[in-house]
Amino acid sequence: MILPNYKPILFDGAYTKGEWTLERYLAKGGYEAAKRALAMPRDPATNSVPALINEVRDAGLRGRGGAGFSTGRKWGFVDYRSPKPRYLAVNFDESEPGTCKDRVVGMYNPHMLIEGCLIAMHAVGIERGYIYIRGEFVVEFDHLCRACAEAYQAGFLGANVLGSGHAFHLQPHRGSGAYICGEETGLLSSLEGSRGYPKVKPPFPAVEGAWGCPTVVNNVGTIASLPYLVRIGAGAYAAIGAAPALGDGPAITGSPGSQVYCLSGHVRKPGLYEHPMNITLRELIYDGNFGGGMLDDIPIKAVIPGGSSMPVLRCDGRPYLAADGKESTDNLDLEMSFDAVRNAGSMLGSAAVIVMNERVCMVNALYNLARFYRHESCGQCTPCREGTGWLEKILGKIVRGKGGKADYERLHNVATQMSGTTICLLSDSVAMPVGSFVTKFREEFKYYCEHGKSMVKDAIRL
Amino acid sequence: MAFTFNDDSRTQFEWLLTRYPEKRAALLPAMRLVEEQQGFVDNEALDYLAAQLGLAPACVYGVFTFYSHYRKPEDGKYVVMVCATLPCALRGAQMVADTFKQELGVGTGETTADKLFTLKKVECLGSCTTAPVCQINDDYYENLTPERIKDIVADLKAGRVPRHLSNGPTLDGGRCAYKPMMEAVQGKR
Repeated sequence: MILPNYKPILFDGAYTKGEWTLERYLAKGGYEAAKRALAMPRDPATNSVPALINEVRDAGLRGRGGAGFSTGRKWGFVDYRSPKPRYLAVNFDESEPGTCKDRVVGMYNPHMLIEGCLIAMHAVGIERGYIYIRGEFVVEFDHLCRACAEAYQAGFLGANVLGSGHAFHLQPHRGSGAYICGEETGLLSSLEGSRGYPKVKPPFPAVEGAWGCPTVVNNVGTIASLPYLVRIGAGAYAAIGAAPALGDGPAITGSPGSQVYCLSGHVRKPGLYEHPMNITLRELIYDGNFGGGMLDDIPIKAVIPGGSSMPVLRCDGRPYLAADGKESTDNLDLEMSFDAVRNAGSMLGSAAVIVMNERVCMVNALYNLARFYRHESCGQCTPCREGTGWLEKILGKIVRGKGGKADYERLHNVATQMSGTTICLLSDSVAMPVGSFVTKFREEFKYYCEHGKSMVKDAIRL
Repeated sequence: MAFTFNDDSRTQFEWLLTRYPEKRAALLPAMRLVEEQQGFVDNEALDYLAAQLGLAPACVYGVFTFYSHYRKPEDGKYVVMVCATLPCALRGAQMVADTFKQELGVGTGETTADKLFTLKKVECLGSCTTAPVCQINDDYYENLTPERIKDIVADLKAGRVPRHLSNGPTLDGGRCAYKPMMEAVQGKR
């Protein structure tokens, strides 16, 4: 369901020159939510604000980085008994292929991010936060630094912020071109000045994170959602968009709040579209205010709904044999919420929607992704380091026309053995697309292996 | 000649040390300071950083070689990084690579004889909705077409600011990195 005239929250003022300044942000009511939050006293026993943590949990806010975990609960896991300092690490690494939303927040709305950091840091009792931004985002980094400078000058950062008696410090930190630093423990390793190697969990960062201290790691989209959440309150926030969360039960359900969909690939109007999560995939691709339909009217074939690590959806209307042997189809009338996409066998992830038309050869598309993961594997765990290499080599052999019948099975086997056998999820992030591509487009892979050429006529060069 | 920080870098480096609970965390930002000061990171600079931070040189080399985005001594004046990952590939990343190869007369991973351009193929640059894209030094160029690429190369060769720069609004006063923030934190602004 498309809401007419939905007013963007994270993208308020996006693409407008000069909009990043403190002056503009204050004119729009900026830092009012932080004032409200910082007026809430800390519980002396834990040095945290349970009421604020509960508010974020009750609002049903779920992480925008990929996993969709409850933000309030994540904050609840922090080891509040530890005498060590606590840290905040904001994940601005944004490297998942298809994802490019945080960039815009950093460039045009950095103060919303800083205000969100203040709220998170006050709630959890944190004095020092780091914004880990990918190295390529030089201009975005500069905007963040400038905005932090303004915040320090105006007293929104520094000692005794807004008369709360608490100090808050933020430091933007630039990475240098490593996808794995978007994984939370890899990010922390990199922040500490090491190779971006992920670490075994548990202990989770909430217990033992940066410099061995309890650390909250949240995505830019999550943190930047906080000022609005605090301004309107948990009840009103939970009512935005899809079915509300079920509170404190074991399952994390509901997808309230704004989501920024990164629509890329073969649509007429690729772009970043902010909307509550009750919009369907069909609306996102075909509605005139969103994707505007397929590029050059070439029919749709497949969609990756949540960044390249998520299973692909087959959208050409043809059935496929699912892993359980049953005939299945994927539906374009899929609500783009965390729960609905999961129920459809994929994940909303970072809401990066990659649309592919009929002229895309799925074997070549998967080869492209395999190359990406081989390049980005950190090399720590054998199944991932070797497995990503094998996948690239096998797929490379197939696309050069040298594949055999056994290669199809081999892809499947390698992917299966990579899943769940490594320190971090990168290995699974390869296994998911590989598994779904070869299952849902089985005939294309078999054809390529048997005939030494693509089944797709006039395939696009990938 | 052995590398040393100039006064500007030294001031920023010392401020950076105050921003982290452990010295070592300043390593990645310090490599950026080296890059800003001399245009690239080389082994002499890495040795220097190791000494400054009390780390073994091997440890610093290990960190440096893990990351792909630092400028190397052999890089040309302009490092052209062409995104080749799926969202860009769907919208013509091959065309972008081919056009740059043709315009510059070099292959992927090579540098032009005049040391002006180095052409690199990179993975996802995180600008998928404006694909195909490339990054040249600090700047992004989006929605690339063969014509745009020809203009960009011509402009850079002529020493002009390229017409198709698409970084969004440039900050007042241009690139700043840590400086304004450092001054604000130290109460100098």
